Amino acid sequence: MPTTTRRRPVRQAPLSPANGARPATPRHILDLDDFTQEEIEVVLQNTEVMREVLQRDIKKVPTLRGKTIITLFYEASTRTRVSFEQAGKILSADVINVSGSGSSVEKGESLYNTALTLQAMNADIIVMRHPHSGAPHFLSRFLNSAVINAGDGTHAHPTQALLDLFTIRDHFGKVEGLKVVIVGDLLYSRVARSNLWGLTKMGADVTLCAPPTLIPSDFLGGIGNGIHDGTSGHPFAGVKVETNVESALTDADVVMTLRLQSERQEAGHLPTLREYSRMYGITPRRMQLAKPEALVMHPGPMNEGIEIDPEVAHGAQAVIEEQVTHGVAVRMALLYAAVTPRTV
Amino acid sequence: MLDNSLPDSANIGGAPAISTERSILGADEIRRALVRISHEILERNGGVEDIVLVGIQTRGVWLAKRIAAFIRQFEGVDVPVGELDVGLYRDDIAERGRPLMHTRIPSGVHGLCVVLVDDVLYTGRTIRAAMDALNDFGRPREIQLASLVDRGHRELPIRPDYVGKNVPTSREESVQVYMSEIDGIDQIALMRE
Repeated sequence: MPTTTRRRPVRQAPLSPANGARPATPRHILDLDDFTQEEIEVVLQNTEVMREVLQRDIKKVPTLRGKTIITLFYEASTRTRVSFEQAGKILSADVINVSGSGSSVEKGESLYNTALTLQAMNADIIVMRHPHSGAPHFLSRFLNSAVINAGDGTHAHPTQALLDLFTIRDHFGKVEGLKVVIVGDLLYSRVARSNLWGLTKMGADVTLCAPPTLIPSDFLGGIGNGIHDGTSGHPFAGVKVETNVESALTDADVVMTLRLQSERQEAGHLPTLREYSRMYGITPRRMQLAKPEALVMHPGPMNEGIEIDPEVAHGAQAVIEEQVTHGVAVRMALLYAAVTPRTV
Repeated sequence: MLDNSLPDSANIGGAPAISTERSILGADEIRRALVRISHEILERNGGVEDIVLVGIQTRGVWLAKRIAAFIRQFEGVDVPVGELDVGLYRDDIAERGRPLMHTRIPSGVHGLCVVLVDDVLYTGRTIRAAMDALNDFGRPREIQLASLVDRGHRELPIRPDYVGKNVPTSREESVQVYMSEIDGIDQIALMRE
């Protein structure tokens, strides 16, 4: 359909007295449940362009010049924090890192007051990781800065899910119709939750696999109560749940392994890590059940020898380092999305 | 994997409720204008040595490809064609969200004469952004500008070197370029809201 070109843009009343360039309603990125399929498509398309920028000799574009990004991390992180910082710097934003330890948080400052302080410093975007589910949603209700969720409790990790989608699409040219198996600690995994939204919206055929003690009860129960019979209209209606890893892996296009934390054993979810490894670990032998061109993914950090065999983790099918590289491009696309109006 | 046929979301207000559209140039006139521009590029630069045509996404890319095809027809040589998206260099990103598109300049620009190609020249801000973008790929020997339509109302000291058609407009009007590669028809239309 032909469209207008070069129409003069409508000038909006500036909201931010600092530079007038902040969108009237900040675009928070909290989870993929409020993204439409088209919006995910735009992020993935913009990610490709950002990846081109990463391949240039001069890895710097002026897009976010004059914008301030504050990363507020209440939990340990290497790749997420560093990739947000790198993404912001390549886009010419000023990036300030704040962590829970060493800041006023240790003096007992509330999350709310910390965020107001950062907003008062004219942060355009606050990238936040917090051990409690819902903390970024809470902040987004009060702040004019755009809030990007970099992982909250056991709830969501949308930037990880988007980089996973991008990695899958980069290899297969599509996501729709692929059999994606997510294996591991589903009960506590925010990566799995956000991926579930992203993958189902993009039309993947998702299978979840874990010991029964690590499957959320509403999912286990869901099989019997009609959520999963395909007729309920529930967004996860087509998702399959498997407790046997061999049946789950059969004919898989993508195997996504999740980190298993040793705390799970202490909490009584598992008899021993060794038993988990024997029953659910992704080994070269088990990978033979998947399709020959299947990809192995892991959000990191890995416990090699527990949820994933080192031979698989560093084998030809693993794209774990690619995921990290794509993470920078995806986060560039999301920082761009946070300061531009919605396009779809 | 980018979809280059994505609509140019420059019409951020959405489709106008009432608008009149008047065709000002047809397919033959567009072809003649591009033939002339191709000849002018050859004449002014004494051939095509060290020339690279860089089209600005999206219709500028198709125009650049057409000019390259004419030059090939006239001189029997292939001029490299690049594509440039200025989305990351715009000064109005908070107001215009549009999907970003590929930037690919296989020949590079260092030491070359770059002819930027765009469909409609208006405020000049897109060209300003395009020149900034080019500099991130190297130091061109020279940058020239070809535009199918010049509709006036410049806000920056930028002038085109090659113009298909000067179209006097008011700011309330908009100019639409339709190209058969994307729109199924070659036509330039003036819209009044």
